[in-house]
Amino acid sequence: MSLLYAVFVAPFVDMATAPAFFVEVLLGGVFAGLMYSLVALGFVLIFKASGVFNFAQGVMVLFAALTLVGLMERGAPVPVALVLTVAVMVALAFAIERLVLRPLVNQEHIILFMATIGLNFFLEGFGEMLWGANVKRLDIGVPDESFQVAGVLVNKLELSAAITAALLVAVLAVFFQRTRIGRALRAVADDHEAALSIGIPLKTIWVIVWAVAGIVAIAAGVMWGAKSGVQFSLSLLALKALPVLILGGFESVPGAILGGLIIGVGEKLGEVYWGPLVGGAIENWFAYVLALAFLLFRPQGLFGEKIIERV
Amino acid sequence: MTDGTPAAPLLEVCEISVRFGALMALSRVSLEVQPGEVVAIIGPNGAGKTTLINCISGFYHPFEGRIRFAGRDRTHLSPPDVAELGIARTFQNVALFKGMSVLDNIMTGRLLKMRGSFVLEALYVGPAKRQEMEHRAFVERIIDFLEIQAIRKTSAGRLPYGLQKRVELARALAAEPKLLLLDEPMAGMNVEEKEDMCRFILDVNQEFGTTIALIEHDMGVVMDISDRVAVLDYGIKIADGKPDEVRQNPAVIDAYLGVTHS
Repeated sequence: MSLLYAVFVAPFVDMATAPAFFVEVLLGGVFAGLMYSLVALGFVLIFKASGVFNFAQGVMVLFAALTLVGLMERGAPVPVALVLTVAVMVALAFAIERLVLRPLVNQEHIILFMATIGLNFFLEGFGEMLWGANVKRLDIGVPDESFQVAGVLVNKLELSAAITAALLVAVLAVFFQRTRIGRALRAVADDHEAALSIGIPLKTIWVIVWAVAGIVAIAAGVMWGAKSGVQFSLSLLALKALPVLILGGFESVPGAILGGLIIGVGEKLGEVYWGPLVGGAIENWFAYVLALAFLLFRPQGLFGEKIIERV
Repeated sequence: MTDGTPAAPLLEVCEISVRFGALMALSRVSLEVQPGEVVAIIGPNGAGKTTLINCISGFYHPFEGRIRFAGRDRTHLSPPDVAELGIARTFQNVALFKGMSVLDNIMTGRLLKMRGSFVLEALYVGPAKRQEMEHRAFVERIIDFLEIQAIRKTSAGRLPYGLQKRVELARALAAEPKLLLLDEPMAGMNVEEKEDMCRFILDVNQEFGTTIALIEHDMGVVMDISDRVAVLDYGIKIADGKPDEVRQNPAVIDAYLGVTHS
Protein backbone atom coordinates (compact mmCIF):
# COMPACT_ATOMS: atom_id res chain seq x y z
CA MET A 1 0.00 0.00 0.00
CA SER A 2 2.67 2.46 0.97
CA LEU A 3 4.44 1.76 -2.31
CA LEU A 4 1.29 2.41 -4.30
CA TYR A 5 0.79 5.57 -2.31
CA ALA A 6 4.36 6.66 -3.02
CA VAL A 7 3.98 6.05 -6.75
CA PHE A 8 0.46 7.21 -7.48
CA VAL A 9 -0.45 9.73 -4.81
CA ALA A 10 2.52 11.29 -3.06
CA PRO A 11 4.09 12.92 -6.17
CA PHE A 12 0.82 14.63 -7.05
CA VAL A 13 0.37 15.82 -3.49
CA ASP A 14 3.86 17.30 -3.69
CA MET A 15 3.00 19.01 -6.97
CA ALA A 16 -0.16 20.50 -5.55
CA THR A 17 1.37 21.67 -2.29
CA ALA A 18 4.28 23.49 -3.97
CA PRO A 19 2.85 24.76 -7.27
CA ALA A 20 5.59 27.33 -7.84
CA PHE A 21 8.26 24.65 -7.62
CA PHE A 22 6.20 22.41 -9.89
CA VAL A 23 6.04 25.16 -12.52
CA GLU A 24 9.80 25.65 -12.26
CA VAL A 25 10.41 21.96 -12.86
CA LEU A 26 7.99 22.11 -15.75
CA LEU A 27 9.81 25.08 -17.30
CA GLY A 28 13.13 23.32 -16.90
CA GLY A 29 11.61 20.37 -18.74
CA VAL A 30 10.28 22.59 -21.51
CA PHE A 31 13.72 24.12 -21.96
CA ALA A 32 15.47 20.75 -22.15
CA GLY A 33 12.69 19.52 -24.43
CA LEU A 34 13.16 22.39 -26.85
CA MET A 35 16.84 21.52 -27.16
CA TYR A 36 15.95 17.94 -28.00
CA SER A 37 13.34 19.22 -30.44
CA LEU A 38 15.87 21.38 -32.24
CA VAL A 39 18.27 18.50 -32.72
CA ALA A 40 15.45 16.19 -33.75
CA LEU A 41 14.23 18.84 -36.18
CA GLY A 42 17.58 18.75 -37.94
CA PHE A 43 17.24 14.96 -38.27
CA VAL A 44 13.69 15.20 -39.59
CA LEU A 45 14.48 17.83 -42.21
CA ILE A 46 17.28 15.80 -43.71
CA PHE A 47 15.45 12.50 -43.40
CA LYS A 48 12.33 13.88 -45.10
CA ALA A 49 14.15 15.42 -48.01
CA SER A 50 16.72 12.78 -48.74
CA GLY A 51 15.87 9.66 -46.78
CA VAL A 52 19.27 9.96 -45.10
CA PHE A 53 19.42 9.31 -41.40
CA ASN A 54 22.04 11.87 -40.47
CA PHE A 55 24.01 10.41 -37.62
CA ALA A 56 26.20 13.53 -37.61
CA GLN A 57 23.43 15.90 -36.55
CA GLY A 58 24.67 15.93 -32.95
CA VAL A 59 28.21 16.68 -34.03
CA MET A 60 26.91 19.43 -36.28
CA VAL A 61 25.54 21.03 -33.11
CA LEU A 62 28.97 20.73 -31.49
CA PHE A 63 30.74 21.97 -34.59
CA ALA A 64 28.46 24.99 -34.88
CA ALA A 65 28.95 25.88 -31.22
CA LEU A 66 32.72 25.38 -31.47
CA THR A 67 32.89 27.62 -34.52
CA LEU A 68 30.87 30.33 -32.84
CA VAL A 69 32.96 30.25 -29.66
CA GLY A 70 36.17 30.06 -31.65
CA LEU A 71 35.26 33.13 -33.64
CA MET A 72 34.25 35.00 -30.51
CA GLU A 73 37.49 34.08 -28.78
CA ARG A 74 39.30 35.65 -31.70
CA GLY A 75 37.51 38.88 -31.01
CA ALA A 76 34.46 38.80 -33.26
CA PRO A 77 31.40 40.44 -31.69
CA VAL A 78 28.38 38.15 -31.23
CA PRO A 79 26.39 39.23 -34.33
CA VAL A 80 29.42 39.00 -36.63
CA ALA A 81 30.39 35.63 -35.20
CA LEU A 82 26.81 34.40 -35.69
CA VAL A 83 26.70 35.50 -39.32
CA LEU A 84 30.07 33.88 -39.96
CA THR A 85 28.94 30.66 -38.29
CA VAL A 86 25.85 30.59 -40.49
CA ALA A 87 28.15 31.03 -43.49
CA VAL A 88 30.33 28.16 -42.29
CA MET A 89 27.33 25.86 -41.85
CA VAL A 90 26.00 26.74 -45.32
CA ALA A 91 29.44 26.09 -46.80
CA LEU A 92 29.46 22.78 -44.93
CA ALA A 93 26.11 21.90 -46.53
CA PHE A 94 27.55 22.58 -49.99
CA ALA A 95 30.60 20.49 -49.20
CA ILE A 96 28.53 17.59 -47.86
CA GLU A 97 26.29 17.57 -50.92
CA ARG A 98 29.27 17.69 -53.28
CA LEU A 99 31.63 15.31 -51.47
CA VAL A 100 29.34 12.88 -49.65
CA LEU A 101 25.82 12.80 -51.08
CA ARG A 102 26.45 13.27 -54.79
CA PRO A 103 28.95 10.41 -55.18
CA LEU A 104 26.61 8.14 -53.23
CA VAL A 105 23.39 9.03 -54.98
CA ASN A 106 21.03 6.06 -55.48
CA GLN A 107 22.95 3.94 -52.98
CA GLU A 108 21.25 1.95 -50.26
CA HIS A 109 20.11 3.88 -47.20
CA ILE A 110 22.49 1.94 -45.00
CA ILE A 111 25.43 3.14 -47.08
CA LEU A 112 24.39 6.76 -46.75
CA PHE A 113 23.91 6.16 -43.04
CA MET A 114 27.46 4.81 -42.79
CA ALA A 115 28.67 7.86 -44.68
CA THR A 116 27.09 10.12 -42.07
CA ILE A 117 28.88 8.14 -39.33
CA GLY A 118 32.09 8.95 -41.15
CA LEU A 119 31.01 12.55 -41.37
CA ASN A 120 30.35 12.43 -37.65
CA PHE A 121 33.94 11.47 -36.82
CA PHE A 122 35.38 13.84 -39.38
CA LEU A 123 33.48 16.86 -38.08
CA GLU A 124 34.35 16.02 -34.50
CA GLY A 125 38.06 15.85 -35.26
CA PHE A 126 38.01 18.77 -37.66
CA GLY A 127 36.20 20.97 -35.15
CA GLU A 128 38.67 20.15 -32.41
CA MET A 129 41.62 20.63 -34.74
CA LEU A 130 40.39 24.09 -35.67
CA TRP A 131 39.18 25.33 -32.32
CA GLY A 132 40.75 23.11 -29.67
CA ALA A 133 39.27 20.40 -27.47
CA ASN A 134 39.00 22.18 -24.14
CA VAL A 135 35.65 23.08 -22.60
CA LYS A 136 34.72 26.62 -23.60
CA ARG A 137 32.42 29.13 -22.05
CA LEU A 138 29.93 30.64 -24.45
CA ASP A 139 28.69 34.06 -23.40
CA ILE A 140 26.06 35.42 -25.73
CA GLY A 141 25.27 38.42 -23.57
CA VAL A 142 22.23 37.00 -21.79
CA PRO A 143 23.04 36.41 -18.13
CA ASP A 144 22.35 33.01 -16.62
CA GLU A 145 20.21 34.61 -13.90
CA SER A 146 16.69 34.16 -12.70
CA PHE A 147 13.87 36.54 -11.94
CA GLN A 148 10.57 35.92 -10.21
CA VAL A 149 7.15 35.95 -11.82
CA ALA A 150 4.30 35.25 -9.42
CA GLY A 151 6.58 33.32 -7.12
CA VAL A 152 8.08 31.25 -9.94
CA LEU A 153 11.79 31.54 -10.65
CA VAL A 154 12.38 32.00 -14.38
CA ASN A 155 15.85 31.75 -15.82
CA LYS A 156 16.58 34.57 -18.29
CA LEU A 157 18.85 32.45 -20.44
CA GLU A 158 16.37 29.60 -20.64
CA LEU A 159 13.53 31.97 -21.39
CA SER A 160 15.34 33.70 -24.24
CA ALA A 161 16.47 30.31 -25.57
CA ALA A 162 12.90 29.05 -25.53
CA ILE A 163 11.64 32.14 -27.33
CA THR A 164 14.38 31.89 -29.95
CA ALA A 165 13.63 28.22 -30.53
CA ALA A 166 9.91 28.90 -30.88
CA LEU A 167 10.59 31.72 -33.35
CA LEU A 168 12.94 29.56 -35.38
CA VAL A 169 10.42 26.76 -35.57
CA ALA A 170 7.67 29.21 -36.59
CA VAL A 171 9.82 30.73 -39.34
CA LEU A 172 10.73 27.26 -40.64
CA ALA A 173 7.11 26.16 -40.59
CA VAL A 174 6.02 29.19 -42.62
CA PHE A 175 8.95 28.76 -44.99
CA PHE A 176 8.13 25.12 -45.68
CA GLN A 177 4.37 25.60 -45.88
CA ARG A 178 4.17 28.72 -47.99
CA THR A 179 7.15 29.05 -50.29
CA ARG A 180 7.76 27.11 -53.47
CA ILE A 181 10.95 25.76 -51.93
CA GLY A 182 8.78 24.28 -49.22
CA ARG A 183 6.48 22.72 -51.76
CA ALA A 184 9.48 21.38 -53.66
CA LEU A 185 10.88 19.97 -50.44
CA ARG A 186 7.69 18.14 -49.63
CA ALA A 187 7.66 16.83 -53.18
CA VAL A 188 11.22 15.55 -52.90
CA ALA A 189 10.39 13.93 -49.58
CA ASP A 190 7.56 12.03 -51.24
CA ASP A 191 9.09 10.82 -54.48
CA HIS A 192 12.54 11.59 -55.89
CA GLU A 193 11.88 10.56 -59.49
CA ALA A 194 8.64 12.44 -59.77
CA ALA A 195 10.27 15.51 -58.22
CA LEU A 196 13.06 15.39 -60.78
CA SER A 197 10.59 15.02 -63.63
CA ILE A 198 8.77 18.22 -62.74
CA GLY A 199 12.02 20.13 -62.66
CA ILE A 200 13.06 20.13 -59.02
CA PRO A 201 16.85 19.96 -58.82
CA LEU A 202 17.54 17.42 -56.08
CA LYS A 203 21.04 18.73 -55.44
CA THR A 204 19.81 22.22 -54.66
CA ILE A 205 17.17 20.83 -52.32
CA TRP A 206 19.78 18.77 -50.51
CA VAL A 207 22.02 21.78 -50.04
CA ILE A 208 19.04 23.72 -48.71
CA VAL A 209 17.99 21.09 -46.18
CA TRP A 210 21.53 20.50 -44.96
CA ALA A 211 22.03 24.24 -44.64
CA VAL A 212 18.78 24.61 -42.71
CA ALA A 213 19.75 21.64 -40.53
CA GLY A 214 23.08 23.41 -39.96
CA ILE A 215 21.34 26.60 -38.90
CA VAL A 216 19.07 24.66 -36.55
CA ALA A 217 22.25 23.07 -35.19
CA ILE A 218 23.66 26.54 -34.49
CA ALA A 219 20.55 27.44 -32.52
CA ALA A 220 20.76 24.24 -30.49
CA GLY A 221 24.50 24.62 -30.01
CA VAL A 222 24.28 28.22 -28.84
CA MET A 223 21.53 27.51 -26.34
CA TRP A 224 23.00 24.36 -24.90
CA GLY A 225 26.50 25.79 -25.00
CA ALA A 226 25.49 28.94 -23.17
CA LYS A 227 23.90 26.80 -20.49
CA SER A 228 26.52 24.17 -19.90
CA GLY A 229 29.62 25.16 -21.83
CA VAL A 230 30.75 24.10 -25.27
CA GLN A 231 32.26 20.66 -24.99
CA PHE A 232 32.30 17.26 -26.56
CA SER A 233 29.25 16.08 -24.64
CA LEU A 234 27.14 18.42 -26.81
CA SER A 235 27.32 15.88 -29.59
CA LEU A 236 25.68 13.35 -27.28
CA LEU A 237 22.53 15.43 -27.53
CA ALA A 238 21.98 13.51 -30.71
CA LEU A 239 21.40 10.37 -28.68
CA LYS A 240 18.54 12.02 -26.83
CA ALA A 241 17.09 13.06 -30.17
CA LEU A 242 16.63 9.41 -31.13
CA PRO A 243 13.83 8.69 -28.64
CA VAL A 244 12.33 12.03 -29.62
CA LEU A 245 12.23 10.85 -33.23
CA ILE A 246 10.67 7.56 -32.25
CA LEU A 247 7.99 9.42 -30.34
CA GLY A 248 7.33 12.03 -32.97
CA GLY A 249 7.81 10.01 -36.11
CA PHE A 250 10.84 10.36 -38.33
CA GLU A 251 9.07 12.42 -40.95
CA SER A 252 7.07 14.83 -38.90
CA VAL A 253 8.19 18.34 -37.98
CA PRO A 254 5.39 18.89 -35.44
CA GLY A 255 6.18 15.40 -34.14
CA ALA A 256 9.81 16.34 -33.50
CA ILE A 257 8.76 19.42 -31.56
CA LEU A 258 6.07 17.73 -29.50
CA GLY A 259 8.19 14.63 -28.96
CA GLY A 260 11.03 16.77 -27.64
CA LEU A 261 8.73 18.57 -25.24
CA ILE A 262 7.17 15.35 -23.96
CA ILE A 263 10.57 13.83 -23.28
CA GLY A 264 12.02 16.99 -21.76
CA VAL A 265 9.09 17.56 -19.43
CA GLY A 266 8.65 13.85 -18.73
CA GLU A 267 12.22 13.26 -17.64
CA LYS A 268 12.38 16.35 -15.44
CA LEU A 269 9.10 15.55 -13.68
CA GLY A 270 10.11 11.92 -13.38
CA GLU A 271 13.46 12.82 -11.92
CA VAL A 272 12.10 15.25 -9.33
CA TYR A 273 8.92 13.50 -8.23
CA TRP A 274 9.51 9.82 -8.85
CA GLY A 275 13.30 9.72 -8.88
CA PRO A 276 13.82 9.36 -5.11
CA LEU A 277 11.75 6.15 -5.19
CA VAL A 278 14.34 4.37 -7.28
CA GLY A 279 17.35 6.24 -6.08
CA GLY A 280 17.33 8.93 -8.79
CA ALA A 281 18.91 9.16 -12.24
CA ILE A 282 15.59 8.59 -14.01
CA GLU A 283 16.52 11.47 -16.30
CA ASN A 284 19.12 9.35 -18.03
CA TRP A 285 16.92 6.48 -19.09
CA PHE A 286 13.38 7.84 -19.06
CA ALA A 287 13.49 8.88 -22.73
CA TYR A 288 14.64 5.46 -23.90
CA VAL A 289 12.04 3.55 -21.91
CA LEU A 290 9.34 5.80 -23.29
CA ALA A 291 10.69 5.21 -26.79
CA LEU A 292 10.63 1.45 -26.22
CA ALA A 293 7.01 1.65 -25.13
CA PHE A 294 6.21 3.60 -28.28
CA LEU A 295 7.99 1.06 -30.45
CA LEU A 296 5.76 -1.62 -28.94
CA PHE A 297 2.45 0.15 -29.25
CA ARG A 298 2.77 2.85 -31.87
CA PRO A 299 5.87 2.23 -33.99
CA GLN A 300 5.10 5.00 -36.46
CA GLY A 301 5.22 7.61 -33.70
CA LEU A 302 2.69 10.25 -32.81
CA PHE A 303 2.55 11.87 -36.22
CA GLY A 304 4.39 9.42 -38.42
CA GLU A 305 2.71 8.00 -41.44
CA LYS A 306 1.06 4.72 -40.66
CA ILE A 307 3.00 1.99 -42.31
CA ILE A 308 0.56 0.32 -44.64
CA GLU A 309 1.71 -1.25 -47.86
CA ARG A 310 -0.72 -1.85 -50.63
CA VAL A 311 -0.09 -5.32 -51.94
CA MET B 1 -2.30 16.47 -85.94
CA THR B 2 0.14 16.67 -88.79
CA ASP B 3 -0.76 16.92 -92.41
CA GLY B 4 2.31 15.10 -93.66
CA THR B 5 4.50 18.10 -94.48
CA PRO B 6 7.62 17.60 -92.41
CA ALA B 7 8.55 20.78 -90.54
CA ALA B 8 11.60 20.91 -88.31
CA PRO B 9 11.12 18.05 -85.85
CA LEU B 10 10.48 19.05 -82.23
CA LEU B 11 12.45 16.07 -80.99
CA GLU B 12 15.22 14.26 -82.81
CA VAL B 13 16.72 11.15 -81.30
CA CYS B 14 19.72 10.17 -83.42
CA GLU B 15 21.17 6.70 -83.14
CA ILE B 16 21.31 6.49 -79.36
CA SER B 17 22.57 3.41 -77.57
CA VAL B 18 22.21 2.47 -73.93
CA ARG B 19 23.91 -0.45 -72.27
CA PHE B 20 23.24 -2.00 -68.87
CA GLY B 21 26.20 -4.27 -68.26
CA ALA B 22 26.19 -6.79 -71.06
CA LEU B 23 22.64 -5.96 -72.11
CA MET B 24 22.15 -3.53 -74.96
CA ALA B 25 18.92 -1.85 -73.90
CA LEU B 26 18.92 0.36 -76.97
CA SER B 27 21.11 0.02 -80.06
CA ARG B 28 21.33 2.97 -82.43
CA VAL B 29 17.70 3.92 -82.06
CA SER B 30 16.48 6.99 -83.89
CA LEU B 31 13.14 8.70 -83.56
CA GLU B 32 11.78 11.97 -84.81
CA VAL B 33 8.73 13.63 -83.40
CA GLN B 34 7.13 16.45 -85.37
CA PRO B 35 5.40 19.31 -83.60
CA GLY B 36 1.78 18.50 -82.90
CA GLU B 37 2.13 14.77 -83.45
CA VAL B 38 0.98 11.88 -81.31
CA VAL B 39 3.64 9.19 -81.60
CA ALA B 40 3.26 5.79 -80.02
CA ILE B 41 6.24 3.68 -79.06
CA ILE B 42 5.30 0.02 -78.88
CA GLY B 43 7.09 -3.27 -78.51
CA PRO B 44 7.18 -6.41 -76.40
CA ASN B 45 8.28 -6.34 -72.76
CA GLY B 46 11.92 -5.46 -72.37
CA ALA B 47 12.13 -3.91 -75.82
CA GLY B 48 13.63 -0.70 -74.46
CA LYS B 49 10.59 1.57 -74.62
CA THR B 50 10.91 2.97 -71.12
CA THR B 51 14.68 3.26 -71.56
CA LEU B 52 14.04 5.46 -74.59
CA ILE B 53 11.64 7.67 -72.62
CA ASN B 54 14.15 7.82 -69.76
CA CYS B 55 16.83 9.01 -72.19
CA ILE B 56 14.61 11.71 -73.60
CA SER B 57 13.67 12.95 -70.14
CA GLY B 58 17.28 12.90 -68.91
CA PHE B 59 17.06 10.05 -66.40
CA TYR B 60 19.46 7.95 -68.48
CA HIS B 61 22.20 9.15 -70.76
CA PRO B 62 23.05 7.23 -73.92
CA PHE B 63 26.71 6.33 -74.36
CA GLU B 64 26.47 7.18 -78.03
CA GLY B 65 24.13 9.15 -80.25
CA ARG B 66 22.50 12.53 -79.76
CA ILE B 67 19.19 13.89 -78.68
CA ARG B 68 18.04 17.26 -79.97
CA PHE B 69 15.02 19.14 -78.74
CA ALA B 70 13.64 22.18 -80.55
CA GLY B 71 16.83 22.33 -82.59
CA ARG B 72 19.24 22.29 -79.62
CA ASP B 73 21.44 19.42 -78.58
CA ARG B 74 20.47 18.21 -75.13
CA THR B 75 21.85 14.70 -74.91
CA HIS B 76 23.41 15.14 -71.47
CA LEU B 77 20.97 17.30 -69.55
CA SER B 78 19.67 16.28 -66.13
CA PRO B 79 15.97 15.62 -65.56
CA PRO B 80 15.28 19.05 -64.00
CA ASP B 81 16.95 20.79 -66.94
CA VAL B 82 14.91 18.73 -69.37
CA ALA B 83 11.76 19.73 -67.49
CA GLU B 84 12.81 23.35 -67.82
CA LEU B 85 13.01 22.95 -71.61
CA GLY B 86 9.33 22.02 -71.66
CA ILE B 87 9.31 18.23 -71.58
CA ALA B 88 6.96 16.69 -69.02
CA ARG B 89 6.46 13.02 -68.37
CA THR B 90 4.49 10.44 -66.45
CA PHE B 91 5.79 7.15 -65.11
CA GLN B 92 4.88 3.54 -65.70
CA ASN B 93 4.33 2.95 -61.98
CA VAL B 94 2.59 6.17 -61.07
CA ALA B 95 4.99 8.54 -59.31
CA LEU B 96 2.74 10.89 -57.37
CA PHE B 97 3.44 12.72 -54.14
CA LYS B 98 1.27 10.38 -52.15
CA GLY B 99 1.09 12.42 -48.98
CA MET B 100 -0.10 15.57 -50.74
CA SER B 101 -3.59 16.43 -51.89
CA VAL B 102 -4.45 16.13 -55.56
CA LEU B 103 -4.50 19.91 -55.83
CA ASP B 104 -1.02 20.23 -54.28
CA ASN B 105 0.28 17.51 -56.54
CA ILE B 106 -0.87 19.39 -59.61
CA MET B 107 0.43 22.68 -58.18
CA THR B 108 3.92 21.17 -57.99
CA GLY B 109 3.73 20.95 -61.77
CA ARG B 110 3.77 24.76 -61.79
CA LEU B 111 6.94 25.07 -59.70
CA LEU B 112 9.09 25.92 -62.68
CA LYS B 113 6.74 28.73 -63.65
CA MET B 114 6.96 30.43 -60.29
CA ARG B 115 9.29 33.34 -59.77
CA GLY B 116 9.93 35.99 -57.18
CA SER B 117 10.95 36.44 -53.61
CA PHE B 118 10.68 33.76 -50.95
CA VAL B 119 10.14 36.37 -48.31
CA LEU B 120 7.06 37.65 -50.12
CA GLU B 121 5.88 34.08 -50.65
CA ALA B 122 6.24 33.32 -46.97
CA LEU B 123 4.31 36.43 -46.03
CA TYR B 124 1.83 35.71 -48.81
CA VAL B 125 1.55 39.34 -49.89
CA GLY B 126 1.78 41.42 -53.05
CA PRO B 127 3.08 39.79 -56.20
CA ALA B 128 3.53 36.45 -54.48
CA LYS B 129 -0.15 36.23 -53.62
CA ARG B 130 -1.16 37.28 -57.12
CA GLN B 131 1.21 34.72 -58.62
CA GLU B 132 -0.11 31.94 -56.42
CA MET B 133 -3.66 32.81 -57.44
CA GLU B 134 -2.82 32.83 -61.14
CA HIS B 135 -1.21 29.43 -60.91
CA ARG B 136 -4.10 28.18 -58.88
CA ALA B 137 -6.52 29.37 -61.56
CA PHE B 138 -4.53 27.56 -64.24
CA VAL B 139 -4.49 24.38 -62.20
CA GLU B 140 -8.24 24.61 -61.68
CA ARG B 141 -8.65 24.71 -65.47
CA ILE B 142 -6.69 21.49 -65.78
CA ILE B 143 -8.73 19.93 -63.00
CA ASP B 144 -11.92 20.80 -64.89
CA PHE B 145 -10.43 19.57 -68.12
CA LEU B 146 -9.56 16.15 -66.69
CA GLU B 147 -12.79 15.97 -64.71
CA ILE B 148 -11.22 15.43 -61.31
CA GLN B 149 -12.99 18.24 -59.42
CA ALA B 150 -14.47 15.80 -56.94
CA ILE B 151 -11.12 14.54 -55.67
CA ARG B 152 -9.08 17.74 -55.53
CA LYS B 153 -8.72 17.69 -51.74
CA THR B 154 -8.13 13.94 -51.45
CA SER B 155 -4.60 12.84 -50.72
CA ALA B 156 -3.17 11.25 -53.83
CA GLY B 157 -2.08 8.01 -52.16
CA ARG B 158 -5.69 7.12 -51.32
CA LEU B 159 -6.95 7.24 -54.88
CA PRO B 160 -7.60 4.18 -57.01
CA TYR B 161 -4.96 3.48 -59.61
CA GLY B 162 -6.86 4.82 -62.61
CA LEU B 163 -7.41 8.18 -60.95
CA GLN B 164 -3.78 8.34 -59.82
CA LYS B 165 -2.77 8.02 -63.46
CA ARG B 166 -5.09 10.86 -64.32
CA VAL B 167 -3.67 13.07 -61.57
CA GLU B 168 -0.18 12.33 -62.80
CA LEU B 169 -1.25 13.47 -66.26
CA ALA B 170 -2.70 16.61 -64.71
CA ARG B 171 0.59 17.37 -62.97
CA ALA B 172 2.48 16.95 -66.23
CA LEU B 173 0.00 19.22 -68.02
CA ALA B 174 0.33 21.88 -65.34
CA ALA B 175 3.86 22.49 -66.58
CA GLU B 176 2.42 23.46 -70.00
CA PRO B 177 4.87 21.15 -71.75
CA LYS B 178 5.82 21.38 -75.41
CA LEU B 179 6.39 17.64 -75.40
CA LEU B 180 4.51 15.22 -73.18
CA LEU B 181 5.97 11.76 -72.57
CA LEU B 182 3.49 9.20 -71.28
CA ASP B 183 4.83 5.85 -70.10
CA GLU B 184 1.93 3.40 -70.36
CA PRO B 185 -0.80 5.90 -69.48
CA MET B 186 -3.43 3.17 -69.61
CA ALA B 187 -1.69 0.27 -67.92
CA GLY B 188 -3.88 -1.46 -65.37
CA MET B 189 -7.02 0.42 -66.33
CA ASN B 190 -10.43 -0.98 -67.11
CA VAL B 191 -12.10 -0.38 -70.45
CA GLU B 192 -14.02 2.64 -69.29
CA GLU B 193 -10.96 4.28 -67.76
CA LYS B 194 -9.01 3.56 -70.92
CA GLU B 195 -11.63 5.26 -73.03
CA ASP B 196 -11.54 8.30 -70.78
CA MET B 197 -7.76 8.43 -70.93
CA CYS B 198 -7.80 8.15 -74.75
CA ARG B 199 -10.20 11.03 -74.94
CA PHE B 200 -8.03 13.15 -72.62
CA ILE B 201 -4.89 12.43 -74.60
CA LEU B 202 -6.54 13.40 -77.88
CA ASP B 203 -8.08 16.50 -76.29
CA VAL B 204 -4.71 17.58 -74.89
CA ASN B 205 -3.18 17.15 -78.31
CA GLN B 206 -5.91 19.05 -80.10
CA GLU B 207 -6.79 21.78 -77.62
CA PHE B 208 -3.36 22.64 -76.28
CA GLY B 209 -1.47 21.55 -79.38
CA THR B 210 0.83 19.49 -77.15
CA THR B 211 3.10 17.05 -78.90
CA ILE B 212 2.82 13.63 -77.31
CA ALA B 213 5.01 10.54 -77.30
CA LEU B 214 3.52 7.59 -75.48
CA ILE B 215 4.26 4.00 -74.69
CA GLU B 216 1.29 1.68 -74.83
CA HIS B 217 0.58 -2.02 -74.98
CA ASP B 218 -3.05 -1.98 -76.02
CA MET B 219 -2.84 -2.16 -79.82
CA GLY B 220 -6.41 -1.02 -80.31
CA VAL B 221 -5.70 2.14 -78.35
CA VAL B 222 -2.45 2.75 -80.20
CA MET B 223 -4.06 2.44 -83.60
CA ASP B 224 -6.89 4.78 -82.57
CA ILE B 225 -4.98 7.68 -81.15
CA SER B 226 -1.57 7.85 -82.75
CA ASP B 227 -0.46 9.60 -85.90
CA ARG B 228 2.62 7.49 -86.09
CA VAL B 229 3.87 4.31 -84.44
CA ALA B 230 7.46 3.31 -83.76
CA VAL B 231 8.13 -0.32 -82.88
CA LEU B 232 11.03 -1.46 -80.71
CA ASP B 233 12.18 -5.02 -80.24
CA TYR B 234 15.26 -6.05 -78.27
CA GLY B 235 16.49 -2.48 -78.26
CA ILE B 236 16.28 -2.05 -82.01
CA LYS B 237 13.71 -0.03 -83.88
CA ILE B 238 12.12 -2.44 -86.32
CA ALA B 239 9.40 -0.24 -87.79
CA ASP B 240 8.22 3.35 -87.87
CA GLY B 241 5.24 4.66 -89.79
CA LYS B 242 1.51 5.24 -89.95
CA PRO B 243 -0.49 2.84 -87.76
CA ASP B 244 -1.89 0.94 -90.73
CA GLU B 245 1.49 0.42 -92.34
CA VAL B 246 3.01 -0.73 -89.09
CA ARG B 247 0.21 -3.18 -88.45
CA GLN B 248 0.96 -4.94 -91.70
CA ASN B 249 4.72 -4.92 -91.30
CA PRO B 250 5.93 -8.56 -91.15
CA ALA B 251 8.74 -7.76 -88.72
CA VAL B 252 6.23 -6.27 -86.30
CA ILE B 253 3.94 -9.27 -86.58
CA ASP B 254 6.92 -11.54 -85.88
CA ALA B 255 7.94 -9.55 -82.84
CA TYR B 256 4.46 -9.69 -81.41
CA LEU B 257 3.77 -13.31 -82.21
CA GLY B 258 7.14 -14.37 -80.88
CA VAL B 259 8.83 -15.78 -83.96
CA THR B 260 12.34 -16.93 -83.11
CA HIS B 261 15.02 -14.43 -83.85
CA SER B 262 17.80 -15.64 -86.05
